[in-house]
Amino acid sequence: MARTAQLLKGVATLPDISWPLVGRVFYRNFKVFMKTWKANIMFNFVEPVLYLWAMGFGLGVYVSKINGLSYIEFLAPGLIASSAMFSTCYEMTYDSFTRMNYHKTFHAMAATPVSMDDVLMGEIIYGTFKGMLYGTVFFMITFLFGLVKSPLALFVPVPLFLLTLCFSILCLIWVSIAPNYDFFGYFFTLFVSPMFLLSGIFFPVENLPAGIRFLPWLTPLYHAVEIIRPLVLGQVTGAVLVHLGWLAAFVALTLRLPLVMVKNRLVQ
Amino acid sequence: MSDNTGISGKKNKIIESRDLVKKFGDFEAVKGVSFSVFQGECFGLLGPNGAGKTSIVKMIYGFSPITSGEMQVFGEDISARARAIKTRIGVVPQEDNLDPELSVWDNLMVYAGYFRIKREQARERAGQVLDLMELTEKADTAVNDLSGGMKRRLTLGRALINEPELLILDEPTTGLDPYARHLLWQRLRRLKEAGTTMLLTTHYLEEAEQLCDRLLILDRGEILEEGSPADLVEIHVGREVLELGIGYEEIASLTEGAGDLVKDYHVLGDNVLLFTNRGQALSDLVAGNAEKMSITLFYRRLRPSNLEDVFLKLTGKTLEDIPQGPEGY
Repeated sequence: MARTAQLLKGVATLPDISWPLVGRVFYRNFKVFMKTWKANIMFNFVEPVLYLWAMGFGLGVYVSKINGLSYIEFLAPGLIASSAMFSTCYEMTYDSFTRMNYHKTFHAMAATPVSMDDVLMGEIIYGTFKGMLYGTVFFMITFLFGLVKSPLALFVPVPLFLLTLCFSILCLIWVSIAPNYDFFGYFFTLFVSPMFLLSGIFFPVENLPAGIRFLPWLTPLYHAVEIIRPLVLGQVTGAVLVHLGWLAAFVALTLRLPLVMVKNRLVQ
Repeated sequence: MSDNTGISGKKNKIIESRDLVKKFGDFEAVKGVSFSVFQGECFGLLGPNGAGKTSIVKMIYGFSPITSGEMQVFGEDISARARAIKTRIGVVPQEDNLDPELSVWDNLMVYAGYFRIKREQARERAGQVLDLMELTEKADTAVNDLSGGMKRRLTLGRALINEPELLILDEPTTGLDPYARHLLWQRLRRLKEAGTTMLLTTHYLEEAEQLCDRLLILDRGEILEEGSPADLVEIHVGREVLELGIGYEEIASLTEGAGDLVKDYHVLGDNVLLFTNRGQALSDLVAGNAEKMSITLFYRRLRPSNLEDVFLKLTGKTLEDIPQGPEGY
């Protein structure tokens, strides 16, 4: 209890943010990214493309239509969201933790006019950028596969932005309490993978047992999928606004948390 | 010692700490420390591990919040004005935190960005810094391929990128070999000559003697002494030390008739250290006494005293927790 209170100290205060310096922190990560982006993007591509191939063309042959769609049409928009999520999650768990704990990059920055809040905001924006980038790249693939049915799909970056922002926040919160790398295994096994499987990417959540049908509703991934799929297929209804609202509210309510939690972990 | 007086004739205070306290939970790491650092001087915080040096340093550059007391840097309260103050400070931290994902050059350029230094100016500064640190040909090298000494020099160079008025060095040469250490000291002396104010923590007494104009001796979060290295040596232990391989109980008989030749003494393991201002006279006297009483002196050595002796005398501790410089004294 005392530990929780210590971690949350200052949560009701305003963060000390200088946006130009947040930009410098982002730029530092971006510069590192630019050295390896080719290999990186290829690598991150492979997995979702494999999913698309194996599930869509392989398994999909045996699946009759879902909600009037072929299986691959149903599946592809969800994979846009999940590839963005995975990319953000890897960056903001293992890589952030390495910067924080081993490279001491955060400490080095905090000895300059950069504040710890700037550092963490820069990290969050970078995690968001990376997720959006990979999500967008996967979106291009679905486009090349002929799976994008509507020009409304051009709005896909909006839910992607909110989704990856949510996960940047969640991951940094996890980083703030992680004692070591193994801890991130739990994060992926307990949260990320179940979310991936149960958030309406592979099958409609209505097919879940009644008792746990509410679970996807609690996850950012489900809401993002429920926005991206109608956009890609051109079947937008008012429900999209509810999902957008959910994601925006999640960001608004949680954004302060990782800033104080990581700071309180590092600064004593 | 250099002349620190400004145009006004008054010394300019760069750092002023009053009753500074730092607590971690129930543990009090810094127990009400007050000191001032003046413009142009090199001020040392000397003490063993756990003395509170790093805690004090982290409060000076605003990384660590102050539990109570006051810390003013450039006449401003660090808790309220950290961002502005940090613009004018360079920090060399105890543990290397260079960016291993960037080259030597990019380390400097990215770091310059944190100070919002314009690109052109940053390039110029980075070039100068590499020059000064003799790292120019390593500009494109990955940080991980540098030797320990080069990393340290780059860390110092990085701290100079914003042309700081105050340079904070937290154990800058710990873990370096003697050659690399002397190379770094040379650079620091050059910076001092150029007028940079420095605050240095160290547990190498030689480092403090070589670089510091004034210093604090700290132990367990408290100030034991303050002064210039030479004065501290003079006041507490005199100019020379006579080391004798004798037991405690033999001191009195061996120093019979020495009067105020012996300023003080300290028992260190199997040896006794006699502190004196007139070493040769004392040494002769002890030898004479030993002969008279037919005590065999297995070990007798006269050497100049140093800060280590002061530290020993003040803390009453052996220096076990102070790693010795490999070159000795």
